[in-house]
Amino acid sequence: MLRSLKLPFLSFLGLIAVGLVLEFGFSAFIQITALFVLVNMIMAMSLNLVNGTSGQFSLGHAGFMAIGAYVGAYLSQHWALFPEGLTALNFFVYTLLGGSLAAVFGFLVGQPSLRLKGDYLAIVTLGFGEIIRVALLNMDFLGGARGIHGIPTVPDGFGLSRFMAQYLFGSFWVILCFFFLWRLVHSNQGRGFLSVREDEIAAESMGVNTTAVKVRAFVVSAFFAGVAGVLSAYFVRYINPSSFGFLRSVDAVIMVVLGGMGSFTGSIVAAILITIMPELLRTVQQVTGVDLRMLIYALALVLVMILRPQGIFGSKELRDFWRKK
Amino acid sequence: MSDVLLDVRSITMQFGGLKAVDSLAFQIKKGQLVGLIGPNGAGKTTAFNMLTGVYRPTSGDILFAGQSMVGLRPYQISRNGIARTFQNIRLFRELSVLQNVLIAFNQHVKSGTWSAILQTQSFLDEEAELRSKALALLKVFGLDRKADEIASSLPYGEQRKLEIIRALATKPKLILLDEPAAGMNHSETHQLMETIAQIRKDFDLTVLLIEHDMKLVMGICENIIVLDHGVKIEEGNAQHVRSSQKVIEAYLGVEESV
Repeated sequence: MLRSLKLPFLSFLGLIAVGLVLEFGFSAFIQITALFVLVNMIMAMSLNLVNGTSGQFSLGHAGFMAIGAYVGAYLSQHWALFPEGLTALNFFVYTLLGGSLAAVFGFLVGQPSLRLKGDYLAIVTLGFGEIIRVALLNMDFLGGARGIHGIPTVPDGFGLSRFMAQYLFGSFWVILCFFFLWRLVHSNQGRGFLSVREDEIAAESMGVNTTAVKVRAFVVSAFFAGVAGVLSAYFVRYINPSSFGFLRSVDAVIMVVLGGMGSFTGSIVAAILITIMPELLRTVQQVTGVDLRMLIYALALVLVMILRPQGIFGSKELRDFWRKK
Repeated sequence: MSDVLLDVRSITMQFGGLKAVDSLAFQIKKGQLVGLIGPNGAGKTTAFNMLTGVYRPTSGDILFAGQSMVGLRPYQISRNGIARTFQNIRLFRELSVLQNVLIAFNQHVKSGTWSAILQTQSFLDEEAELRSKALALLKVFGLDRKADEIASSLPYGEQRKLEIIRALATKPKLILLDEPAAGMNHSETHQLMETIAQIRKDFDLTVLLIEHDMKLVMGICENIIVLDHGVKIEEGNAQHVRSSQKVIEAYLGVEESV
């Protein structure tokens, strides 16, 4: 048991080290960008389970994110499990509940729609994402189009700055997400996911219940997308339905494809690149005076896809590269 | 009779106006090696697809070890003990040879999801055990040295072998082989015949195979079922089938009287 926590713990320490550097050397703008990186990492990894490992094409990830974000925001304003002084623990509970409701929706959506393949599944999940957005737009107790503002955030204290508290909270979930998914994929469950991606008919005749396997992947993925949503609510502290539009889902797909379908470390690297690149390009804008950001960003993506269509890592993981050396 | 493993009771498969298989009935006894032959389009693969749950027969019943298999999904039929290979090889192409075999073990895995997440000792032990079992199985066919290669990179004959290994890994009672010798040359076919005879003995299996290679079928099958246009036209041992007028007509056509 303890041994199995060693790697996650070490990775957490690594992330803390990065956080300390950001805390003392960088501006608030870069700090908030770092928080978005954490959110996007979870989004990309969770989508990778469905789109990469299991070979299904989902385009509705923003919908699950929205559910998580609204649950997290609403609960934090209206309900507390732990009393004053232990408020930090509440946020873990909120996040778990946000992820869980997203997972429930993942099950409800996945059960009927995972019979579909390829483009058809993409269309259904796309429709789901839009339904969630429009439904939220019309729910007055959740603020309707105005959204929810003034969302409390993870409490600081113990000498931690607000950024550090948020960053540690986010890092905790990133680590949890990564190791959960990694271990899941490297078990018999994961082999089930892969077999479905490779050949559904063969998988069935080898005794793999393909429907159950796909729904399971979808539910786990939805859970972590919900978690990412809760985190984004606590980091930005203001959400409205248009924060979770179609483009959010597309962003996640871009990260998965860019990182390499099926590669979790690839998803992480791509999440970092995709989140940071538009911000880095702002400096270019200052030099040229014209806003070429989106142009360069799009061009970079096109180039990567031409030069490396399998994504940065392909289906390999980071460790496969240093094993070879 | 208790030693009947598979009892097919006049199954019919109708696709619109076409009866691909028409009231097919046969029995396979435990331990038998049975061949299913017939000209192209006779309905052999359709019959396989009904036995493995890919198609649901329009009418009729399939009893396997006394239990009806009609209406079960393919994975449930596999868990009941019927394994198959495919005519047009269906390996998990992008995965390693070892992973292909491990996936077939999945239905017998005991460790749950949480023990994988927590990396409990029992999970690690079981993974190691599965790995060594898979390697042992590959070794029987001389593929253990290629365990880490990608399945699609194997030469054709070894891909066919791997499909058989994968089917064996599900621990079946009955194995259905769909044209195992397709695309093989003479010596490869000969080797395959020996392999099939060998695994039947070693794994205590009952085998039903579809084959075009008459030499292979006549050489090893104890009972041969001949299909033509979805109808069973003959059944019996090699000697009987070879001399049957109906079979000759199905394959070569009827001589026209001038």
